[in-house]
Amino acid sequence: MIDFGFKISPSSAINMDNADLSLYEKVREIEPDISKCIACGSCSATCPAGRFSGMSVRKCILDLQRGKKNEVKKMLSCCMLCGKCTMVCPRGINTRHLILSICKLYKED
Amino acid sequence: MIYQGKQKIWADYQKEIPDDRWYYVRSCIRQNFFPGAEKMFMEICRNVLKKDFYESASHTTCGGIAYHCDTIPQETVMTIVARQFALMTEAGYENYVASCITSFGNYIEILETWNEFPELEAKIREMLWKACRREFNKPKYVAHASDLIYKYRNLIAERAKYRLINKNTGEPLKVVEHIGCHYSKMFPSKGVGGAEYPYVLCGMVEAWGGNVIDYPERRHCCGYGFRQYHIKANRGYSISNTHKKFESMEPYHPDMIITNCPGCPYFMDRWQYAIAEMEGKTYGENGYGIPVFTYEEVAGLVLGYDPWDLGLQLHQVAVEPLLDKMGIEYDPKRKYEGLNHKDLLKPELPGVLRCC
Amino acid sequence: MKENILIIGGGIAGLEAAAQLFRLGYNPIIVEKEDHLGGHVAGWNRLFPDMSPAEDLVARLTEAAGEANIFLNTRIAFVNKLKDSYNIMLTNGISVITRILLFATGFSLFDASKKEEYGYGVYDKVMTNRDLENWFNTGQDERIPEEGPRAMGFVHCVGSRDEKAKNPQCSKVCCITAVKQAIEMKQKFPDAMVYCFYMDLRMFGKKYEDFYISAQRDYGVRFIRGRVSEVSENIEGNLVVKAEDTLSGKPIKVTLDLLVLMSGIVCNQEICKSAAQLSLPMDSDGFLKSRDNVADIIESPKEGIFYAGACTGPKTVPETLAEARSAALEIHNYIISSRK
Repeated sequence: MIDFGFKISPSSAINMDNADLSLYEKVREIEPDISKCIACGSCSATCPAGRFSGMSVRKCILDLQRGKKNEVKKMLSCCMLCGKCTMVCPRGINTRHLILSICKLYKED
Repeated sequence: MIYQGKQKIWADYQKEIPDDRWYYVRSCIRQNFFPGAEKMFMEICRNVLKKDFYESASHTTCGGIAYHCDTIPQETVMTIVARQFALMTEAGYENYVASCITSFGNYIEILETWNEFPELEAKIREMLWKACRREFNKPKYVAHASDLIYKYRNLIAERAKYRLINKNTGEPLKVVEHIGCHYSKMFPSKGVGGAEYPYVLCGMVEAWGGNVIDYPERRHCCGYGFRQYHIKANRGYSISNTHKKFESMEPYHPDMIITNCPGCPYFMDRWQYAIAEMEGKTYGENGYGIPVFTYEEVAGLVLGYDPWDLGLQLHQVAVEPLLDKMGIEYDPKRKYEGLNHKDLLKPELPGVLRCC
Repeated sequence: MKENILIIGGGIAGLEAAAQLFRLGYNPIIVEKEDHLGGHVAGWNRLFPDMSPAEDLVARLTEAAGEANIFLNTRIAFVNKLKDSYNIMLTNGISVITRILLFATGFSLFDASKKEEYGYGVYDKVMTNRDLENWFNTGQDERIPEEGPRAMGFVHCVGSRDEKAKNPQCSKVCCITAVKQAIEMKQKFPDAMVYCFYMDLRMFGKKYEDFYISAQRDYGVRFIRGRVSEVSENIEGNLVVKAEDTLSGKPIKVTLDLLVLMSGIVCNQEICKSAAQLSLPMDSDGFLKSRDNVADIIESPKEGIFYAGACTGPKTVPETLAEARSAALEIHNYIISSRK
């Protein structure tokens, strides 16, 4: 084995064939409205924690849909549960409740 | 895969390729990478098929590498190309054939640009005159050298000593074809078969008895891509692309790869060694790699030329397993013997990739 | 004698206009190039938003237009302009003298094989929206196994909003059709994973957004915002589909065993010839040019020539029917005012 000073980097593409969506499916069972997200970004735009911590409900939902569990956990830990995102969601998703449900599932994990 | 569907697309992208009287220009790098390839092209066209192919020692680079690396302005590239056309005009030819894919793309792009912006062409004519007192006619036809071998594929098949068939099983060899990006991605109508399903190499493989493999990453870049490789820090990007292709073709167990670009065969050949060293992985049978060839080398093999006269000893991946499959006779002792019969010395063998 | 009105096209626009004109006391004559009435709708299975059978609509319209003169398998051979009318020679040898022509010539479905990168006609498991509707109707298609696909996708905007395909216009109905078809596939095969690859979802019509919400919430259809860039076939004969997941800014790929291309609505090339014979102008989008795209969409710039339906641009079924009625009324008014 030789060190050439550069490496084969893994593909950055999302491969849906082996994305682990088990957590997303569990969330869907208790919070079916999560699927209604249209990624408009209102929740993230209004989030008081977002601009300091990177918290974004939109991204949390997307990451769950792409099987990226770790990123979600990190973001959710920054939520202050103020509920502003719930107020602005045009699809009527109870995002505050959703966040709590996801946290609960993480604890069970 | 619906073969007739591909045939329908191929029929839509047929370009006119005159049969004879061509002005040939070489590639900057191919003679170092695959020294037998261009020699074989001239040998086949001139001596086997008795066609009129002219070349001039005065021609230079087309400027394509510098252009794609963003180191010279477009007007400079155009003036270099204008000089090449002037040499063709002075030699009395109208058909221009390039050995290099990037040159071919470069010529097509420049001619198309001049069509759109005639004032630019006038400016380049003036610059060429000021620089070296030359004038030029635009070529009537521009082809890539693989277009010619494609055109002559059946003539070559008629004279073939070997076919792309596994002599032990009688089965056609499984051949991966790889087309250089600049062949038809910029101008699909200028390539035989278009850009999504190019036919130029498929046609040769079919005419010489092989089976073409169509694998998911067939259209993906070989990993060269000029800037990506020339900057050392980016080489990981280059090899990752090559790795992606090999991972994708692996399940098909290809016997060989045929290419029509200067960079592609080089990178697909050499990176197999680097991947083997990095990942411990090889893609051919019994620890060997998958041999990679230029189309001229394959034509040469089919016509029965000696593998060592084709320069196949300069490949990283050993070609012997393929030669054995095709039943091609060769003398292992001659592999590292120079043209003057002096011993060129055997290169050090790699640790992981099996070589002969 | 009743006044002749020549209607070119026996699709839903032609049928509806014929029925209305007949009721208004005229003699509508339908010329249809195919061997059946109902046009594209006749090949469809169920219609959004109420999932009503397309067959029923076509049957109802055909019955209502039953007393019109209908020539199937017939085209216009040539047109002679007389002093204040047209002498129109049909390919069946009949000639019609009329003051009034109604173009109800509809659209063509974009030829999906032109988007070579999607492999329609090259890869075994790629079909179009029309092929899928045909399967809903007949159950016959080798591309769909009895147990259904394991994972399938819909590609929105195939030949729509595509300057390279020379169709910059939005075809309007494909977004909702894809969502409708995705739901129908989920109803048939609940275990199948269904993806929709879209650029925008244009859910403008009545109850369309409800369909979208239901597809997301009740059926778990996976919407991916990104246009499919390339399709290829793997060693098992399944499709590897590449796109960008623009919401996460990363490339995305997925292996599918069925891909449905939402072929768009393009102008009917065949009518260009008839239009040229009558010196009718084409609009910049390639469809027939109306006198005014806001107030007079059903009128041509030429006296006595009217339009209804998708010949002037992509339309939904209710829009087409409304235009057909409106054209009938406009023709009626034209005739009355010309008698004065």
